[in-house]
Amino acid sequence: MLTVTDLSVSYGAISALGGISFTIEQGAIVTLIGGNGAGKTTTLRTISGLLRPKAGRIEFLGADITRLPAHQIVARGLCHVPEGRMIFSNLTVDENLAMGAYLQHDKELIAKNRDYVFSIFPRLKERIKQMAGTLSGGEQQMLAIGRALMGSPKFLMLDEPSLGIAPRLISTIFEKIVEINRNHGITILLVEQNANLALEVSSSAYVLETGRIVMHGPSRQLRTDPQLKATYLGG
Amino acid sequence: MSELLQQLLNGLSLGAIYALIALGYTMVYGVLRFINFAHSDVFMVGAFIGYYMGKLVPEHTLWGGLAVLGAAMVGCALLGMTIERLAYRPLRGAPTLNVLITAIGVSLLLEYTGQVFFGAAPRNFPAVFPVRSFSLGGVIVSSNQLIVIAVSVVLMVVLQFIVYRTKIGTAMRAVSLNPKAAVLMGVNNDVVISFTFGLGSALAAAGGILYALNYPSIDPLMGVMPGLKAFVAAILGGIGNIPGAALGGLILGTVETFVAGSEWSTYKDAIAFAILIIILLFRPAGLLGKFTVEKV
Ligand SMILES: Nc1ncnc2c1ncn2[C@@H]1O[C@H](COP(=O)(O)OP(=O)(O)OP(=O)(O)O)[C@@H](O)[C@H]1O
Ligand SMILES: [Mg+2]
Repeated sequence: MLTVTDLSVSYGAISALGGISFTIEQGAIVTLIGGNGAGKTTTLRTISGLLRPKAGRIEFLGADITRLPAHQIVARGLCHVPEGRMIFSNLTVDENLAMGAYLQHDKELIAKNRDYVFSIFPRLKERIKQMAGTLSGGEQQMLAIGRALMGSPKFLMLDEPSLGIAPRLISTIFEKIVEINRNHGITILLVEQNANLALEVSSSAYVLETGRIVMHGPSRQLRTDPQLKATYLGG
Repeated sequence: MSELLQQLLNGLSLGAIYALIALGYTMVYGVLRFINFAHSDVFMVGAFIGYYMGKLVPEHTLWGGLAVLGAAMVGCALLGMTIERLAYRPLRGAPTLNVLITAIGVSLLLEYTGQVFFGAAPRNFPAVFPVRSFSLGGVIVSSNQLIVIAVSVVLMVVLQFIVYRTKIGTAMRAVSLNPKAAVLMGVNNDVVISFTFGLGSALAAAGGILYALNYPSIDPLMGVMPGLKAFVAAILGGIGNIPGAALGGLILGTVETFVAGSEWSTYKDAIAFAILIIILLFRPAGLLGKFTVEKV
């Protein structure tokens, strides 16, 4: 579904990604793990068109999307839930969801997606008229995911959905992520620092270190890898 | 008492014009975070489109007046969008200072191109709308004032509807809050920005026509002072805040009119700016503006 080949990105003179390649199959949950500054966010931002790569190629559903403007990439069904959530703080929950459906013109489909979002995150339904900026961190994350689902994505990239959220809510959110993948066949690329959790829900994983992929394989296998255990899984 | 009401009426109708102009400053600031100094010249061009259009329609008719108003609004919407496309879009991502200097350049270009085409001498704006006046309990209400108030109320209601009830309006607010997130929703920010310029410029054109009806001597530099006042009004209300711009305009127009009718009338402009300074000392973000805090 998504093929990234030799992708290099730099911020001015500083190189953030030094030629990474990976492939994601339709229907999978794939995770990208790595420490602070490894280049995870940079990878997602480049795929979604917010950043321009220095070199390399990104293919989505068989088409080259490397140089497409970001809003046209979304239109192809590739949706990015950014780090820090980036909800529209002075819009209501309802308006945030409406923005998620910005490219949808089919009213019935929009209503169906809304019902689906409310069925997985009932809390959002109770707060539809509330300003999104006044939601709790966990609720904002639910909104960010819900907003992405409003666009009927085929492929969803989630950047640290567990960041700054209470442990109890984290497991709820991860359950929902798995549910979205199972019930709707939405392919997911999950970026996480919480490697334990990410390896639990994903089928395969890539480990990023200072802009290079240093390890990849089935998640089950990586979970027991001694080296990975020592670095990312807390011994 | 009737003296007071009279001044209030005069003040509100002047303020409504400032408000119409101020809305354009504030909306553009909302999506691009810079002050479009050329906005006051779009206001001037609006008045000149009205002047030429006024020669084509009979004077003193409602439909003629509305046709002049409509033509100026459409013409200026196109002008505003063209300015954005040619002058500001190539600078997307450039430091704000560069964009501000460009805006000053565009402003001067419009003013002096105006002098080439229209001449520097003032011209007399035709009375395109019917002219009458009524006396209501000692207060003289001119038809021009009624037109100013009616047109600005209608335009503000329409604007309110567009901004808060339509898809493009929601997108405008989204772009203003977080342009990157808006792109991730599939919004083409350039389209939204262009639309914002069109909308703001159309309102400035309406302001230009209404101003010219009440002060019927127009020239290519006529936008400078009302533009400055409207800019002050936008800051006063809280730049980026739409109801704030409207409120700021009304306050400024009213205060200015009251001062002009008093013994300190020569200081009316100075007092307007003094008010700005005082309010900003106490509320640095303006009357309705707030420093938004985003949860991360
Ligand atoms: N806007 C920027 N300008 C300059 N350097 C940047 C910028 N954004 C990121 N970087 C640098 O690029 C590298 C990769 O950053 P990135 O945000 O992709 O890391 P990350 O893996 O997402 O980290 P974290 O887990 O902390 O979010 C880091 O060294 C970072 O300092
Ligand atoms: Mg990151």
